Amino acid sequence: MRYITAIFYKQLLDTKKNNAVLIQFFMFPLMAFFMEHMIQIAEMPPHFFAKMFACMFVGMAPLVCMSSVLSEEKERGTLRVLLMSGVKPWQYLISIGSFIFCMCMIGTAVFTLLCMYRGWDALVFVCIMTAGIVLSELVGAVIGICCQNQMAATGVMVPVMLIFSFVPMLSEFNTTVAAYTDFLFSQQIRTLINHIGVTAFPTKSICILAGNFFAALAVFLFVSRKKGLE
Amino acid sequence: MVKGTDAPPILIAQDIVMSFHGKRCLDGIRFSVQRGEIFGLLGQTGAGKTTLIKILTGQLPPDAGSATRDSSASIGIMMDAFGVYERLSVYENLKIYAALYGTVHPKEKITDILEKVGLSEAKKTAAAKLSKGMQSRLRLARVLLRDPDILFLDEPTSGLDPATADCIRQILYTEKKRGKTIFLVTHTMSEAESLCDRIALLCGGKIIECGTPKEICARHNRQKSFALHLSDGTDLCLPLTPDSADRIADLIRGRCVETLHTTEPDLETVFCDLTGEERTPAP
Repeated sequence: MRYITAIFYKQLLDTKKNNAVLIQFFMFPLMAFFMEHMIQIAEMPPHFFAKMFACMFVGMAPLVCMSSVLSEEKERGTLRVLLMSGVKPWQYLISIGSFIFCMCMIGTAVFTLLCMYRGWDALVFVCIMTAGIVLSELVGAVIGICCQNQMAATGVMVPVMLIFSFVPMLSEFNTTVAAYTDFLFSQQIRTLINHIGVTAFPTKSICILAGNFFAALAVFLFVSRKKGLE
Repeated sequence: MVKGTDAPPILIAQDIVMSFHGKRCLDGIRFSVQRGEIFGLLGQTGAGKTTLIKILTGQLPPDAGSATRDSSASIGIMMDAFGVYERLSVYENLKIYAALYGTVHPKEKITDILEKVGLSEAKKTAAAKLSKGMQSRLRLARVLLRDPDILFLDEPTSGLDPATADCIRQILYTEKKRGKTIFLVTHTMSEAESLCDRIALLCGGKIIECGTPKEICARHNRQKSFALHLSDGTDLCLPLTPDSADRIADLIRGRCVETLHTTEPDLETVFCDLTGEERTPAP
């Protein structure tokens, strides 16, 4: 537990001074806040921007932060020092993952307020966001583990992040895109968020999310066993 | 302080073999390190020194043989490639590791170590803004924070200015006096000669010499001659024979000798002889 809290603390100190990572946590909540208050169109569904940016946030922030932090630590050799100090790879991943998760939950809280969810709806929204953040972190961890440096990680991370974060937005305007990208977890996060308050149980979305989760977990376990953290 | 050789070694390398891509880079490495000594490992670039340190510290399993450490001995490793958190200050970097090591009274301990390595003034400076020498001191401070029994140092003074290198050597000497064992990898012969109790020369994946610097130099003193600088400015080199002794005595009696010394080879000469490297003449 000492290692986990020490690395969590390290990440907190480092993120405070790392604008590139810090901006990921606040960019979408801030954009959603301003868009929600500045743009009012009569036919627009309620809290359209907050819901759209929440989906984009899930597809981008955890993924980018996880892969950036991992690849930077590998490139600078700091991860190796941690591992040589007795930290186990799983302890490191849990620490960094928990930190990013906590930061993303601040964003989630902002989105919950912007969408004006209360009670059960708020809880469902938080659960949907939690599932999306965990999945996105897994994908980010896979990229971070596979890439030896930040340059390589950026090359892989950008297209992946664009797919996961922009597809839900495009799907809002194009049903064909929505149909073809139904298997993506971020797409299902969008579907689930848009259906908060609907009584029917979203079996299909839950199944796709579970499928995405197990696929991401399998890839994560495979690459972490094959490549390790060094 | 090197304890008697009766004491069990703190570190034993036994017939270590390691190959990369079919090429054997370490071949039957065998030596032992006594508690409280500074043991130097010397070798050319690419001789396998860093690989050996990785095996000794358990980062890399050897193909054959074993590296055994005293189970109660804690280790600290300082390698050149090991980074620091560049955005964080010197103090914050150490604070993280103090938390990681579970250091008791971290504030006092960090202050002491910063004083020891001469970084007290720079404790609020971001690590990215430190010079190379200061970054080396910070890495050393990080190792010392753990107060390990064995310090593994991979070329700690490489590329540093003489003053910083000397400061690091002084710290190492102080740690030795505190009873710490130091495993020093270097290719600076003068450093090994002045600092190490014993050294091992690594060449072609094998230990070709092991002993105290004096022992090694004496073993390879093939010239066995006297060098004389005479008052008229001429230099003489005389072999170690009875005739030479008489001639030297005559010269001394005639007050013609300015300086007289034996021509024992230094460690660098021995190293170059053994490895077949050509020594670069001094400018």
